[in-house]
Amino acid sequence: MYAACWRGQREVIGLVIVSHSAKLAQGVYELAAQMAGDQVGISLAGGLCDDCETLGTDAQRILTAIEEVWCEDGVLLLMDVGSAVMSAEIALEMLPEARRRNCLLSNAPLVEGAIVAALHASLGEPLQAVNAQAEAALSASKLG
Amino acid sequence: MMGQEISISQLRRWLLTYAERVIENEGHLTELDTAIGDADHGVNMRRGMGKLQERLQEEMPSDDIGAFLRSVAMTLISGVGGAAGPLYGTFFLRAATSPTNGRSVDLAQLTQMFRYGLDGLQQRGKAKADDKTMIDAIQPAVEAMEAALAAHQSAAVVLAAARQAAHLGMIHTIEIEAKKGRASYLGPHSIGHQDPGATSAYFLFETAAEVLTKTTDSE
Repeated sequence: MYAACWRGQREVIGLVIVSHSAKLAQGVYELAAQMAGDQVGISLAGGLCDDCETLGTDAQRILTAIEEVWCEDGVLLLMDVGSAVMSAEIALEMLPEARRRNCLLSNAPLVEGAIVAALHASLGEPLQAVNAQAEAALSASKLG
Repeated sequence: MMGQEISISQLRRWLLTYAERVIENEGHLTELDTAIGDADHGVNMRRGMGKLQERLQEEMPSDDIGAFLRSVAMTLISGVGGAAGPLYGTFFLRAATSPTNGRSVDLAQLTQMFRYGLDGLQQRGKAKADDKTMIDAIQPAVEAMEAALAAHQSAAVVLAAARQAAHLGMIHTIEIEAKKGRASYLGPHSIGHQDPGATSAYFLFETAAEVLTKTTDSE
Protein backbone atom coordinates (compact mmCIF):
# COMPACT_ATOMS: atom_id res chain seq x y z
CA MET A 1 0.00 0.00 0.00
CA TYR A 2 2.86 2.40 0.74
CA ALA A 3 4.76 1.52 -2.42
CA ALA A 4 5.59 5.20 -2.93
CA CYS A 5 8.03 4.99 0.00
CA TRP A 6 10.20 2.19 -1.35
CA ARG A 7 13.03 2.91 -3.72
CA GLY A 8 14.65 -0.45 -4.41
CA GLN A 9 15.70 -1.76 -1.02
CA ARG A 10 15.49 1.61 0.63
CA GLU A 11 12.56 3.23 2.38
CA VAL A 12 12.48 7.03 2.07
CA ILE A 13 10.27 9.69 3.59
CA GLY A 14 7.77 11.68 1.52
CA LEU A 15 7.89 15.43 0.91
CA VAL A 16 5.00 17.86 0.48
CA ILE A 17 5.53 21.32 -1.03
CA VAL A 18 2.92 23.83 0.18
CA SER A 19 2.70 27.20 -1.55
CA HIS A 20 0.14 29.93 -2.15
CA SER A 21 1.09 29.70 -5.81
CA ALA A 22 0.72 26.55 -7.95
CA LYS A 23 3.51 27.84 -10.21
CA LEU A 24 5.85 28.38 -7.28
CA ALA A 25 5.10 24.86 -5.96
CA GLN A 26 5.81 23.41 -9.42
CA GLY A 27 9.08 25.35 -9.71
CA VAL A 28 10.25 24.25 -6.26
CA TYR A 29 9.33 20.68 -7.19
CA GLU A 30 11.49 20.86 -10.31
CA LEU A 31 14.47 22.12 -8.33
CA ALA A 32 14.04 19.45 -5.66
CA ALA A 33 13.46 16.62 -8.14
CA GLN A 34 16.68 17.59 -9.89
CA MET A 35 18.49 16.62 -6.69
CA ALA A 36 16.51 13.50 -5.88
CA GLY A 37 15.48 12.19 -9.28
CA ASP A 38 12.68 9.68 -8.80
CA GLN A 39 14.14 8.54 -5.49
CA VAL A 40 11.74 10.57 -3.33
CA GLY A 41 7.97 10.92 -3.44
CA ILE A 42 7.22 14.64 -3.66
CA SER A 43 3.67 15.95 -3.86
CA LEU A 44 2.39 19.48 -4.34
CA ALA A 45 -0.29 21.58 -2.69
CA GLY A 46 -0.05 24.87 -4.55
CA GLY A 47 -2.77 27.50 -4.94
CA LEU A 48 -6.48 26.90 -4.52
CA CYS A 49 -7.15 24.66 -7.52
CA ASP A 50 -5.38 22.68 -10.23
CA ASP A 51 -6.58 24.65 -13.21
CA CYS A 52 -6.79 28.17 -11.82
CA GLU A 53 -4.25 30.76 -10.85
CA THR A 54 -5.91 31.76 -7.59
CA LEU A 55 -3.33 32.33 -4.88
CA GLY A 56 -3.96 30.74 -1.51
CA THR A 57 -3.62 27.59 0.54
CA ASP A 58 -6.25 24.96 1.29
CA ALA A 59 -5.98 22.43 4.11
CA GLN A 60 -7.95 19.86 2.08
CA ARG A 61 -5.47 20.03 -0.79
CA ILE A 62 -2.58 19.70 1.65
CA LEU A 63 -4.27 16.66 3.22
CA THR A 64 -4.62 15.03 -0.22
CA ALA A 65 -0.96 15.76 -0.97
CA ILE A 66 0.13 14.15 2.32
CA GLU A 67 -1.88 11.04 1.51
CA GLU A 68 -0.28 10.81 -1.95
CA VAL A 69 3.22 10.43 -0.51
CA TRP A 70 2.24 8.85 2.80
CA CYS A 71 4.99 6.64 4.29
CA GLU A 72 5.37 4.88 7.60
CA ASP A 73 8.76 6.55 7.87
CA GLY A 74 7.16 9.94 7.70
CA VAL A 75 6.26 12.95 5.61
CA LEU A 76 7.98 16.33 5.78
CA LEU A 77 5.98 19.43 4.84
CA LEU A 78 7.70 22.54 3.53
CA MET A 79 5.64 25.74 3.42
CA ASP A 80 5.93 29.23 1.96
CA VAL A 81 4.67 32.33 3.77
CA GLY A 82 1.96 33.25 6.27
CA SER A 83 -1.17 31.18 6.28
CA ALA A 84 0.49 28.21 4.54
CA VAL A 85 1.56 27.18 8.04
CA MET A 86 -1.96 27.48 9.50
CA SER A 87 -3.45 25.50 6.61
CA ALA A 88 -0.80 22.80 7.06
CA GLU A 89 -1.58 22.61 10.79
CA ILE A 90 -5.27 22.10 10.01
CA ALA A 91 -4.38 19.39 7.47
CA LEU A 92 -2.40 17.54 10.15
CA GLU A 93 -5.34 17.81 12.56
CA MET A 94 -7.56 16.19 9.92
CA LEU A 95 -5.24 13.16 9.69
CA PRO A 96 -5.83 10.13 11.92
CA GLU A 97 -3.64 10.32 15.04
CA ALA A 98 -1.44 7.40 13.96
CA ARG A 99 -0.52 9.19 10.74
CA ARG A 100 -0.22 12.65 12.25
CA ARG A 101 2.59 11.43 14.52
CA ASN A 102 4.73 10.72 11.46
CA CYS A 103 4.26 14.11 9.82
CA LEU A 104 6.44 17.10 10.51
CA LEU A 105 6.10 20.79 9.61
CA SER A 106 9.51 22.17 8.69
CA ASN A 107 10.70 25.64 9.66
CA ALA A 108 13.03 25.58 6.63
CA PRO A 109 12.90 28.24 3.91
CA LEU A 110 10.90 26.74 1.02
CA VAL A 111 13.37 26.74 -1.88
CA GLU A 112 16.59 25.88 -0.04
CA GLY A 113 14.74 23.56 2.33
CA ALA A 114 13.11 21.55 -0.45
CA ILE A 115 16.38 21.07 -2.31
CA VAL A 116 18.27 19.98 0.82
CA ALA A 117 15.39 17.80 2.06
CA ALA A 118 15.05 16.03 -1.28
CA LEU A 119 18.76 15.25 -1.32
CA HIS A 120 18.89 13.88 2.22
CA ALA A 121 15.59 12.01 1.87
CA SER A 122 16.94 10.31 -1.25
CA LEU A 123 19.84 9.00 0.86
CA GLY A 124 17.29 7.24 3.10
CA GLU A 125 17.82 9.45 6.11
CA PRO A 126 15.07 9.51 8.76
CA LEU A 127 12.48 12.29 9.05
CA GLN A 128 14.06 14.27 11.91
CA ALA A 129 17.51 14.18 10.30
CA VAL A 130 16.18 15.32 6.93
CA ASN A 131 14.34 18.19 8.62
CA ALA A 132 17.42 19.20 10.62
CA GLN A 133 19.41 19.46 7.38
CA ALA A 134 16.64 21.46 5.69
CA GLU A 135 16.29 23.86 8.63
CA ALA A 136 20.06 24.38 8.73
CA ALA A 137 19.54 26.22 5.45
CA LEU A 138 18.04 29.04 7.55
CA SER A 139 21.45 29.90 8.96
CA ALA A 140 23.57 29.19 5.89
CA SER A 141 25.03 32.29 4.29
CA LYS A 142 24.29 32.66 0.60
CA LEU A 143 27.00 35.25 0.11
CA GLY A 144 29.85 33.17 1.47
CA MET B 1 -33.97 35.43 29.93
CA MET B 2 -33.10 31.85 30.69
CA GLY B 3 -34.89 29.40 28.52
CA GLN B 4 -34.49 31.51 25.39
CA GLU B 5 -33.33 29.06 22.77
CA ILE B 6 -31.61 29.79 19.48
CA SER B 7 -32.42 27.23 16.83
CA ILE B 8 -30.20 25.75 14.15
CA SER B 9 -32.29 27.49 11.49
CA GLN B 10 -31.60 30.85 13.18
CA LEU B 11 -27.89 30.05 13.13
CA ARG B 12 -28.19 29.23 9.43
CA ARG B 13 -29.99 32.52 8.77
CA TRP B 14 -27.32 34.36 10.76
CA LEU B 15 -24.52 32.92 8.61
CA LEU B 16 -26.42 33.62 5.38
CA THR B 17 -26.89 37.22 6.53
CA TYR B 18 -23.20 37.37 7.44
CA ALA B 19 -22.24 36.10 3.98
CA GLU B 20 -24.42 38.77 2.35
CA ARG B 21 -22.98 41.51 4.57
CA VAL B 22 -19.41 40.53 3.71
CA ILE B 23 -20.18 40.35 -0.01
CA GLU B 24 -21.81 43.82 0.13
CA ASN B 25 -18.64 45.10 1.78
CA GLU B 26 -16.13 43.44 -0.54
CA GLY B 27 -14.96 46.80 -1.88
CA HIS B 28 -14.59 48.24 1.60
CA LEU B 29 -12.56 45.23 2.80
CA THR B 30 -10.35 45.41 -0.28
CA GLU B 31 -9.76 49.11 0.32
CA LEU B 32 -8.75 48.49 3.94
CA ASP B 33 -6.46 45.62 2.95
CA THR B 34 -4.89 47.62 0.12
CA ALA B 35 -3.76 50.22 2.64
CA ILE B 36 -1.92 47.83 4.96
CA GLY B 37 -1.95 44.33 3.47
CA ASP B 38 -1.97 42.39 0.23
CA ALA B 39 -5.37 43.65 -0.95
CA ASP B 40 -6.86 40.16 -1.00
CA HIS B 41 -9.19 40.12 2.02
CA GLY B 42 -12.25 41.37 0.12
CA VAL B 43 -11.82 38.98 -2.79
CA ASN B 44 -10.96 36.03 -0.56
CA MET B 45 -13.88 36.61 1.78
CA ARG B 46 -16.27 37.11 -1.14
CA ARG B 47 -15.15 33.78 -2.62
CA GLY B 48 -15.51 32.01 0.74
CA MET B 49 -18.91 33.58 1.43
CA GLY B 50 -20.11 32.56 -2.04
CA LYS B 51 -19.17 28.96 -1.23
CA LEU B 52 -20.88 29.29 2.15
CA GLN B 53 -24.08 30.56 0.53
CA GLU B 54 -24.07 27.60 -1.89
CA ARG B 55 -23.52 25.22 1.00
CA LEU B 56 -26.25 26.73 3.20
CA GLN B 57 -28.78 27.36 0.46
CA GLU B 58 -28.80 23.69 -0.40
CA GLU B 59 -30.69 21.71 2.14
CA MET B 60 -29.48 21.99 5.71
CA PRO B 61 -26.08 20.23 5.91
CA SER B 62 -27.17 18.62 9.18
CA ASP B 63 -29.83 18.91 11.87
CA ASP B 64 -27.18 18.86 14.58
CA ILE B 65 -25.52 22.18 15.45
CA GLY B 66 -22.07 20.65 15.98
CA ALA B 67 -22.09 18.95 12.58
CA PHE B 68 -23.58 22.08 11.01
CA LEU B 69 -20.77 24.29 12.35
CA ARG B 70 -18.15 21.76 11.22
CA SER B 71 -19.57 21.88 7.75
CA VAL B 72 -19.41 25.70 7.81
CA ALA B 73 -15.78 25.44 8.98
CA MET B 74 -14.74 23.05 6.21
CA THR B 75 -16.37 25.29 3.59
CA LEU B 76 -14.36 28.29 4.82
CA ILE B 77 -11.10 26.33 5.18
CA SER B 78 -11.28 25.33 1.52
CA GLY B 79 -13.10 28.31 0.11
CA VAL B 80 -11.39 31.46 1.31
CA GLY B 81 -7.72 31.12 0.38
CA GLY B 82 -5.94 33.80 2.42
CA ALA B 83 -5.16 33.71 6.12
CA ALA B 84 -8.84 34.30 6.83
CA GLY B 85 -9.64 30.74 5.62
CA PRO B 86 -7.78 28.79 8.29
CA LEU B 87 -8.65 31.44 10.89
CA TYR B 88 -12.43 31.60 10.37
CA GLY B 89 -12.32 27.85 9.68
CA THR B 90 -10.69 27.20 13.04
CA PHE B 91 -13.14 29.56 14.76
CA PHE B 92 -16.11 27.48 13.56
CA LEU B 93 -14.31 24.14 13.90
CA ARG B 94 -13.70 24.87 17.57
CA ALA B 95 -17.15 26.39 18.10
CA ALA B 96 -18.52 23.09 16.78
CA THR B 97 -17.05 21.25 19.77
CA SER B 98 -18.95 23.28 22.39
CA PRO B 99 -22.03 21.77 24.08
CA THR B 100 -25.47 22.23 22.46
CA ASN B 101 -28.95 20.80 22.80
CA GLY B 102 -28.62 19.24 19.35
CA ARG B 103 -30.94 21.44 17.28
CA SER B 104 -30.73 24.47 19.54
CA VAL B 105 -28.53 26.32 22.02
CA ASP B 106 -29.49 28.40 25.03
CA LEU B 107 -27.88 31.77 25.60
CA ALA B 108 -25.15 30.37 27.86
CA GLN B 109 -24.30 27.73 25.24
CA LEU B 110 -24.24 30.36 22.49
CA THR B 111 -21.84 32.46 24.54
CA GLN B 112 -19.66 29.43 25.20
CA MET B 113 -19.71 28.60 21.47
CA PHE B 114 -18.18 32.01 20.74
CA ARG B 115 -15.66 31.53 23.57
CA TYR B 116 -14.56 28.16 22.14
CA GLY B 117 -14.20 29.78 18.71
CA LEU B 118 -12.13 32.65 20.13
CA ASP B 119 -9.82 30.28 22.03
CA GLY B 120 -9.28 28.20 18.89
CA LEU B 121 -8.56 31.32 16.87
CA GLN B 122 -5.94 32.49 19.36
CA GLN B 123 -4.22 29.11 19.36
CA ARG B 124 -4.16 28.99 15.57
CA GLY B 125 -3.11 32.56 14.79
CA LYS B 126 -1.08 33.16 17.96
CA ALA B 127 -2.32 36.75 18.03
CA LYS B 128 -3.13 38.65 21.22
CA ALA B 129 -5.34 41.65 21.88
CA ASP B 130 -3.84 44.83 20.36
CA ASP B 131 -1.95 42.97 17.61
CA LYS B 132 -4.38 44.61 15.13
CA THR B 133 -6.19 41.45 14.02
CA MET B 134 -9.63 39.80 14.10
CA ILE B 135 -8.98 39.14 17.80
CA ASP B 136 -9.41 42.87 18.53
CA ALA B 137 -13.07 42.65 17.51
CA ILE B 138 -13.86 39.12 18.70
CA GLN B 139 -12.24 39.07 22.14
CA PRO B 140 -14.02 42.15 23.56
CA ALA B 141 -17.28 40.89 22.03
CA VAL B 142 -17.01 37.51 23.72
CA GLU B 143 -16.04 39.15 27.01
CA ALA B 144 -19.04 41.49 26.74
CA MET B 145 -21.33 38.51 26.11
CA GLU B 146 -19.96 36.71 29.16
CA ALA B 147 -20.41 39.78 31.36
CA ALA B 148 -23.99 40.39 30.16
CA LEU B 149 -24.81 36.71 30.59
CA ALA B 150 -23.46 36.77 34.15
CA ALA B 151 -25.75 39.76 34.80
CA HIS B 152 -28.73 37.62 33.64
CA GLN B 153 -29.48 39.80 30.62
CA SER B 154 -31.72 38.75 27.74
CA ALA B 155 -30.40 37.47 24.40
CA ALA B 156 -31.13 40.87 22.84
CA VAL B 157 -29.03 42.66 25.46
CA VAL B 158 -26.20 40.10 25.36
CA LEU B 159 -25.93 40.29 21.58
CA ALA B 160 -26.23 44.09 21.54
CA ALA B 161 -23.37 44.25 24.03
CA ALA B 162 -21.31 41.96 21.79
CA ARG B 163 -21.99 44.10 18.74
CA GLN B 164 -21.03 47.30 20.55
CA ALA B 165 -17.83 45.79 21.97
CA ALA B 166 -16.84 44.35 18.58
CA HIS B 167 -17.45 47.73 16.98
CA LEU B 168 -15.29 49.56 19.53
CA GLY B 169 -12.60 46.90 19.09
CA MET B 170 -12.69 47.31 15.32
CA ILE B 171 -12.37 51.11 15.58
CA HIS B 172 -9.56 50.69 18.12
CA THR B 173 -7.48 48.86 15.48
CA ILE B 174 -7.09 52.24 13.71
CA GLU B 175 -4.93 53.50 16.59
CA ILE B 176 -2.59 50.56 17.00
CA GLU B 177 0.40 49.08 15.21
CA ALA B 178 0.09 45.70 13.49
CA LYS B 179 2.04 42.86 15.08
CA LYS B 180 0.73 39.96 12.99
CA GLY B 181 0.12 39.23 9.34
CA ARG B 182 1.24 41.09 6.24
CA ALA B 183 0.43 44.49 7.86
CA SER B 184 3.14 43.90 10.49
CA TYR B 185 5.77 44.41 7.77
CA LEU B 186 4.67 48.06 7.75
CA GLY B 187 5.45 48.56 11.44
CA PRO B 188 4.36 52.02 12.65
CA HIS B 189 3.07 52.87 9.14
CA SER B 190 0.13 50.57 9.87
CA ILE B 191 -1.16 53.07 12.47
CA GLY B 192 -4.11 55.12 11.21
CA HIS B 193 -5.67 52.28 9.23
CA GLN B 194 -8.52 50.03 10.30
CA ASP B 195 -7.74 46.30 10.24
CA PRO B 196 -9.66 44.43 7.52
CA GLY B 197 -9.80 41.19 9.56
CA ALA B 198 -11.27 43.00 12.57
CA THR B 199 -13.80 44.53 10.17
CA SER B 200 -15.01 41.22 8.71
CA ALA B 201 -15.05 39.81 12.25
CA TYR B 202 -17.21 42.72 13.47
CA PHE B 203 -19.85 41.74 10.88
CA LEU B 204 -20.21 38.38 12.69
CA PHE B 205 -21.54 40.20 15.75
CA GLU B 206 -23.44 42.87 13.85
CA THR B 207 -25.42 40.21 12.00
CA ALA B 208 -25.77 38.02 15.10
CA ALA B 209 -27.42 40.93 16.93
CA GLU B 210 -29.76 41.46 13.97
CA VAL B 211 -30.74 37.86 13.32
CA LEU B 212 -30.37 35.75 16.45
CA THR B 213 -32.69 37.83 18.57
CA LYS B 214 -35.66 37.36 16.25
CA THR B 215 -38.22 34.91 17.55
CA THR B 216 -37.57 31.29 16.70
CA ASP B 217 -39.50 30.31 13.61
CA SER B 218 -41.04 26.93 13.04
CA GLU B 219 -38.51 25.64 10.45
